[in-house]
Amino acid sequence: MGIKILQEECVGCTLCVGACPFDAIDMIDNVAVMNENCTNCGACVDACNFNAIIKEESQMKKMDISNYKGVWVFAEQRDGELMDVAVELMGEGRKLAEEVGCELSAVLLGDNVRNLSDELFAFGADKVYLSENENLKQYTTDGYTKVLSQMVDEYKPEIVLFGATHIGRDLAPRVAARVDTGLTADCTKLEIDPEEKGLMQTRPAFGGNIMATIICPKHRPQMATVRPGVMEKAERRDKREDQELIEFKNDVVAEDIRIKILDVVKAGKASVNLADSEVIVSGGRGLDKKEGFELLEKLAEKLGGVVGASRAAVDAEWIDHDHQVGQTGKTVRPELYIACGISGAIQHIAGMQSAKTIVAINKNPDAPIFKVADIGIVGDVYEVLPKLIEALE
Amino acid sequence: MKIIVCIKQVPDTNEVRIDPVKGTLIREGVPSILNPDDKSALEEALRVKDQHPDTHITVMTMGPPQAEEVLIEGLAMGADEGILLSDRAFSGADTWATSNTLAKAIEKIGNYDIIFCGRQAIDGDTAQVGPQIGERLGIPQVSYVEKFFIEEGSIRVHRALEDGYEVIEGKSPILLTTIKELNEPRYPSIPGIIKAYREDRIKVWTYNELDIPSTDIGLDGSPTQVKRSFTPEPKGKGEMLEGSVNEKVESLVKKLQEKNLI
Repeated sequence: MGIKILQEECVGCTLCVGACPFDAIDMIDNVAVMNENCTNCGACVDACNFNAIIKEESQMKKMDISNYKGVWVFAEQRDGELMDVAVELMGEGRKLAEEVGCELSAVLLGDNVRNLSDELFAFGADKVYLSENENLKQYTTDGYTKVLSQMVDEYKPEIVLFGATHIGRDLAPRVAARVDTGLTADCTKLEIDPEEKGLMQTRPAFGGNIMATIICPKHRPQMATVRPGVMEKAERRDKREDQELIEFKNDVVAEDIRIKILDVVKAGKASVNLADSEVIVSGGRGLDKKEGFELLEKLAEKLGGVVGASRAAVDAEWIDHDHQVGQTGKTVRPELYIACGISGAIQHIAGMQSAKTIVAINKNPDAPIFKVADIGIVGDVYEVLPKLIEALE
Repeated sequence: MKIIVCIKQVPDTNEVRIDPVKGTLIREGVPSILNPDDKSALEEALRVKDQHPDTHITVMTMGPPQAEEVLIEGLAMGADEGILLSDRAFSGADTWATSNTLAKAIEKIGNYDIIFCGRQAIDGDTAQVGPQIGERLGIPQVSYVEKFFIEEGSIRVHRALEDGYEVIEGKSPILLTTIKELNEPRYPSIPGIIKAYREDRIKVWTYNELDIPSTDIGLDGSPTQVKRSFTPEPKGKGEMLEGSVNEKVESLVKKLQEKNLI
């Protein structure tokens, strides 16, 4: 089980020590030895040029995966409105379905939401699975988990995609656990392995400092959540004759739902709309102080944009979490993204690399942000920005 | 009232840097910390105990032997006992195998009213372990808890949504995952720290102490596997502007005008 170092093959080159993200390999008498930090991630297996590190075949329980067919998208709706992320997943789901050579279906749960099935057909669903019940009017963990798990057991999809919303991230882990399969959170890239036809799910790991490609080889369905804004929306197409609405009768009763939603309160304050902004001026740790954001605010105002921030700036409490761009914040794709004093952790880059034009301003010429920037300025934000604001006036 | 708080020791991922030449993680000097969301989870449990002193709080973690450090921190903050689940057999676990292990240990403790978990850990950001423990135990959950009240045996919470919040009422036993907006965690007190180190209030449970099949834990119990870890290739095609600050700004404005961005 797990990663094993073949000591007789090890030449003591230490390549694996450098490749290990978890400090789990020590050199003892010129031979690599695994310590207890090992998470079996496999980075060292790839790094070793001498085939001295192997991943042993696991003793996992086997399930029959051959009956599982088709790509499903959980078509999240709130108050009868389809969420944008569902449309994005329809776009991505179509690509995957074509690569696998299978159907793309949308799964729609709620009460009186039948009308949304036409939307889903327009966005390319071959089938829409609809399950309605007054007890599904509002999302609850218990109600939705029960129905969706029953549907997975009944129809056996091979891939199920969810938006990584506060609902998707509440529901997906529960369903994955109930149907006993794997789930990969917050994927930024989904591909089909051309040989095995399995889903390769790539996501930032270790705080976004490395990327990991996750597979779910022996369980079905393969389940993933994808953050809003990461994938491109499906385009509307003409309705086809062969599209099919399938109703799934569910038996959810009020007693199934073990919590009670007493009230839903919409935020009064106008929260910043990063997702729809064409221009974002973002600040990071390099601003050094809270006041730096006043400068960013000025520039954003001049450009008709809004202010974003890196996790470091939010953690330092210089700005509210609503403004955070990145893996744990929002994913954005504006026309113009100006990164000020942001070093460019992958965590952050994952959230903004799809911007059309990226401008980076940073004191450190080696900052990783320059590797994704279209235009880079090595310099002090507090010197560059006032001049830029002046030039725009 | 009996509360179990699941916590995790994580590397402070904000302190991790990438070596610009080799493209590898620079790990030296990266401190291990108690995961921020988990700290809020523990703080909320401690606030229950502040109001109801007969509350008993267990902090539990799964990890390598040095993960004991976060249990000591938890005890120093005011928890009553710590349980460390540590065994090489647990390693390589994905969220499902991790949840199986934690749930089994929680069953072994038994008789709990509330399980608090941080919403997600900063080294994985999956937010899956809490809900999956709830599923394994067959109890209800509320995730993204940003406010918590307890009154007359019923539990009332605000669950954060992207654009507001839900007011939710539940009954114990229940699992709640908390976000850091919930509270401002206290610092361990000096007497608390001394007591945490002096008194032996941490139990270590290995695979043998848990009645769980080996196919449910560690790598073998994990439906998902890491196929490959890598530092992403830089896009690299950008243009660095040269000259004095004035010249740089001038040429930036020109370029943005050419692209019709201003």
